[in-house]
Amino acid sequence: MPTDQIQYKYHPENLVRSEPNKFDVANLRREEMIINLGPQHPSTHGVLRLEVLMDGEIVKEVVPHIGYLHRCFEKHGENLPYNQVIPFVDRLDYVAAMNCEHAYAMGVERMLGIEQQMPKRVEYIRVLMAELNRIASHFIAIGTYGMDIGAFSPFFWLMRDREHILRLLEWASGARLLYNYIWIGGLFYDLPVGFEERCREFVDYIKPKVKELTDVLVDNKIFVDRTANVGVLPLDLAINCGVTGPMLRASGLRFDLRKVDGYSVYPEIDFNVPIGEGKMGKTGDCWDRTQVRVEEIYESLKIVEQCLEKLTKEHKRTRDFNPQALVPKKIRPKSQDLYVRAEIPKGELGFFFRADGKSDVPFRCKCRSCSFVNLSVLPELAKGVLIADLIAIIGTIDVVMGEVDR
Amino acid sequence: MLDHVLRIVTPVCSSGVTADDACTPRAIKISAADLLSVMDTLYRHPTAFFDMLSCVTGVDNGVEAATLEVVYNLYSIPFNHHLMIKVLLPRDKPEIESVSHIWKTANWLEREVFDMYGVHFKNHPDLRRILMPADWEGYPLRKDYKHQTYYRDIKVEY
Repeated sequence: MPTDQIQYKYHPENLVRSEPNKFDVANLRREEMIINLGPQHPSTHGVLRLEVLMDGEIVKEVVPHIGYLHRCFEKHGENLPYNQVIPFVDRLDYVAAMNCEHAYAMGVERMLGIEQQMPKRVEYIRVLMAELNRIASHFIAIGTYGMDIGAFSPFFWLMRDREHILRLLEWASGARLLYNYIWIGGLFYDLPVGFEERCREFVDYIKPKVKELTDVLVDNKIFVDRTANVGVLPLDLAINCGVTGPMLRASGLRFDLRKVDGYSVYPEIDFNVPIGEGKMGKTGDCWDRTQVRVEEIYESLKIVEQCLEKLTKEHKRTRDFNPQALVPKKIRPKSQDLYVRAEIPKGELGFFFRADGKSDVPFRCKCRSCSFVNLSVLPELAKGVLIADLIAIIGTIDVVMGEVDR
Repeated sequence: MLDHVLRIVTPVCSSGVTADDACTPRAIKISAADLLSVMDTLYRHPTAFFDMLSCVTGVDNGVEAATLEVVYNLYSIPFNHHLMIKVLLPRDKPEIESVSHIWKTANWLEREVFDMYGVHFKNHPDLRRILMPADWEGYPLRKDYKHQTYYRDIKVEY
């Protein structure tokens, strides 16, 4: 391209026209004002833009403007064969890519009717990877949340510990964040030799660190004062708004798709589903949401330990084991519609597929992303709070903009 | 479960309801005019109690079929029931009632369908584009969509 050519004609009205405010300044009352928060603001966790209608320091309305990270996932999904969509699925929730892959692969396998034939070792490796990634995702959620409201050190500690997980995942898959490891019908590769021992070392290492996190951050008086009774989400509103994941559980409902649907090998694994109990304030406040995430880290560690136990005893590595044995050469499901859902760290990730039975490209591939739906509850949560509490609320929703905008 | 749903839903449907078997979860097809009464019944009925709207999907069946489809995925937490509801709409004037007064989830999910397919949801509180810019032309997920050449002097083709 010639360098003298103008690539973008600047006009001050461009931004206003592409994403106009919902509220008009001309119609405001005298004491009201509109504050624009984001899209480039550290506390909005990515490119989320909030139009906040304020009365002094009180938030009257919040209007989220999203779409700044839209990468046409669904359009890509309609134009690529099923197996080639997986790298795009990685980029939905990019801090928990394994969980997304797991959900997607499960959906396509269900359409092909090979879900029940998966070797146990493959399923246990999938669950192991997904739970490791869940821990990493919760580390980000809690760490950045602490940073949002002023606690800086926990962020560094959690990033340091998350690095161990990323290295484990990199060792297995070759990539730190976007893995393309879980394939339709199997895995990219078996676990590397020695992975199980290192993973056990990691579990032993991390347990006291999570305890330390609880002592220093979550049970800290300053943190409790800052988050208890802030952003209370009542259970009926949560269900009506379709909120899922730790947010829903913090509101007091023991609802986890790993238990409810019992997919993969989760029924064979013993773990609890922590819920918010309103220990520090009302049930469903910001503290409860953080506490549920912390407890889920312990539960995930439990799952990891049980997976390692199985992977070294009952389903241990054999010379002839081929994790790609069931990977179909051609993925052409029968003509059908399917909605599949799975629990990823943020909530219910769903995929809606329509296969026409004639091609190996989905006719429709819709992603129901949990961050998107969870974020839609923000205008309800933030009515009448202080602007500082608005920041505290955004952090506990734990949005990943890659998944909101897709 | 589907038989039960059909028994509940049939009295409130003026233009019929059919089961669609090639779906997981099981699906029913209804007409757009019956949508509100069906949804309201399914939400309130004590033995159906679909308290969660998981997903609203738009589907374009192409220019030859000349229909758009809106697919609702309902879930009942207490009964652990799934249900898929399909509504066919004409492609040239896709209009359907909004269900956002029943489930607040529908607000954003319907906005996304409007953004991508141009389905107009009547009585929606805030029907604006959500993922695409407000001044984007066309509905990107329609099968015959052709993107504009330039958007603010930026070439769209990459």
